[in-house]
Amino acid sequence: MSSRFHYAKFESEQDFLQAARSCRSHNLKVVEAYSPYPVHEIGEILGISRSKLPFVTLAGGTFGLGLAMFFQYWTSAVDWPINVGGKPFDSLPAFMPVAFEMLVLCAGLGTVAALFWRSRLYPGKNRKVPHPRISDDRFLLMVEVQDASLPPGFVEGLWQQHHAVEAWTRAGEVQ
Amino acid sequence: MDKLIHPAADAQLIEGNKSLHQVTEDVFQPLERKASPSWWLAFGFASTALAIGLISVVYQIKVGIGTWGLDRTIGWAFDITNFVFWVGIGHAGTLISAVLLLLRQKWRTSINRSAEAMTIFAVICAGIFPLIHMGRPWLFYWVFPYPNTRGSLWVNWRSPLLWDVFAIGTYFTISLVFWYVGLLPDLATARDRARGIRKKIFGFFSLGWTGSARTWVRYEMACLLLAALATPLVVSVHSVVSTDFATANLPGWHTTVFPPYFVIGAIFSGFAMVLSLMLIARKVMGLQDYITMKHISAMCKVIVFTGTIVGSAYATELFMAWYSGNPFEQFAFNNRVFGPMGWSFGIMVLCNVIVPQLLWFKRIRSSIRSIFLITILVNVGMWFERFVIIVSSLHRDFLPSSWSSYRPTWIELGTLLGSFGLFFTLFLLFCRFLPMIAASEVKSVLPKSTACPEAESKKEAA
Repeated sequence: MSSRFHYAKFESEQDFLQAARSCRSHNLKVVEAYSPYPVHEIGEILGISRSKLPFVTLAGGTFGLGLAMFFQYWTSAVDWPINVGGKPFDSLPAFMPVAFEMLVLCAGLGTVAALFWRSRLYPGKNRKVPHPRISDDRFLLMVEVQDASLPPGFVEGLWQQHHAVEAWTRAGEVQ
Repeated sequence: MDKLIHPAADAQLIEGNKSLHQVTEDVFQPLERKASPSWWLAFGFASTALAIGLISVVYQIKVGIGTWGLDRTIGWAFDITNFVFWVGIGHAGTLISAVLLLLRQKWRTSINRSAEAMTIFAVICAGIFPLIHMGRPWLFYWVFPYPNTRGSLWVNWRSPLLWDVFAIGTYFTISLVFWYVGLLPDLATARDRARGIRKKIFGFFSLGWTGSARTWVRYEMACLLLAALATPLVVSVHSVVSTDFATANLPGWHTTVFPPYFVIGAIFSGFAMVLSLMLIARKVMGLQDYITMKHISAMCKVIVFTGTIVGSAYATELFMAWYSGNPFEQFAFNNRVFGPMGWSFGIMVLCNVIVPQLLWFKRIRSSIRSIFLITILVNVGMWFERFVIIVSSLHRDFLPSSWSSYRPTWIELGTLLGSFGLFFTLFLLFCRFLPMIAASEVKSVLPKSTACPEAESKKEAA
């Protein structure tokens, strides 16, 4: 089944948001939106659920804490116990600072690794940017329309109504 | 905090009624132009200082740390002072980027990028001192717990010096990662504006950033999480640094007030350093519309607030020394104030407690020159605070026959100068090659109605 992708470029956040809202109210499927800075409402319109990154942070932190506590205990109380100032070999409170730092390190690096993994960001990635001025001052909406479900010119009319500065379409396959 | 720094009035955050495109131009044009003569002049000074530092470091590694003014009584002095000073400087960057993000303080957007860069450079400067102090820096990897042929003899996990390794290591890594993630959208802007080799380089480092809504959602969540991790981290780092002293059984060091006292002192000195740098940068780089009197005034208020806490920490220390009834404790503090090193205590109190109080006056708080002078004095004072804590506590210990005095050698002064050289060289390179202001964040705090005047007028025409 073939479908068409309609793109529209906007100069202001308000126009961009209103266009996205009215796409939603007309049951058009907004598949992607690009902006120079995060626009909060757009995630909701696209139906993007709350990011699950906090779970990665939790897992990373737990791993770091557990690893550091275990390793400190093993090296000081099991592998080679050394009497330092008469303190007990398993002086767990003294292991807390290093364990905390390892918690933060693993949680932080894990979070960023997950962000890069999920968003497919990696060095040297040559992704085609939909429009070079998105990173400057333009907002872009991408709507997918199944064939013959709408009167011709409907989407174009909608764009015009919301002051789109440029609009174009591209044929695409439904994945 | 919200009330403390002008309540509403986001409109004044960025002056000059900028459009989105104007922000991009203002932030990125300096990177695309040739460097100005004033930049070259500053870079010349900074790199000369760095060269002097390099020569000093090479000399003292070759000859040994007997080139320092230390003796058997004073085993720690200049290098540890510099280490604590530089770590402290770094703390403001994390505070601005993480704590103020969690508190939703929008004024942070203009200064967070450069403050974070400052954190990274300051931690690099700090890390050099313990490294040199090892005497044999090529064996630095002995501080890590790796399986070795000595047994394996593991590191001593109960030592605050080892905690330092982990605290500073984590702090540097997380700050660098946080800074880099924050840079991504702006690196993409630089990529989209550039041509040729610059486009390739920025393209490589921007990781294929497109600004899609899905990425933004995750990106914002990641920034929030990193901020939430960095906030307790920054508190832990200087607390750990303070335990280098507080866990020692030495009058003047052995106090429980040290961790909070060090953390607040770090924020105090860090904000002073951020402010001195911002006052220069906004002038040299022409960023007056982005770093406005509102930002400066907010930072002044943080300085006067933290300065007052630092003052009360000094008072608490003195009171507790007297109130403890411990003759050694009382002697240490009496010697700190009235002894041969008393002059440094005087400088510390003058610069850290008395001078910042002038910022209560609106007239002083709105004069760039007086603010600049105050921030420099605060940094001098905070350097002396560490010097006072370390040297004045050590030089007259329990045994009067081993009492001694301390004077830095030229090698030590050269190393200190070199660390400033390194800091400013890195900062100047950063100003030259990376966007100094987080353009994408500034764009999100522009007043929405005036963000796009072209679109507004088009609407009226239609």
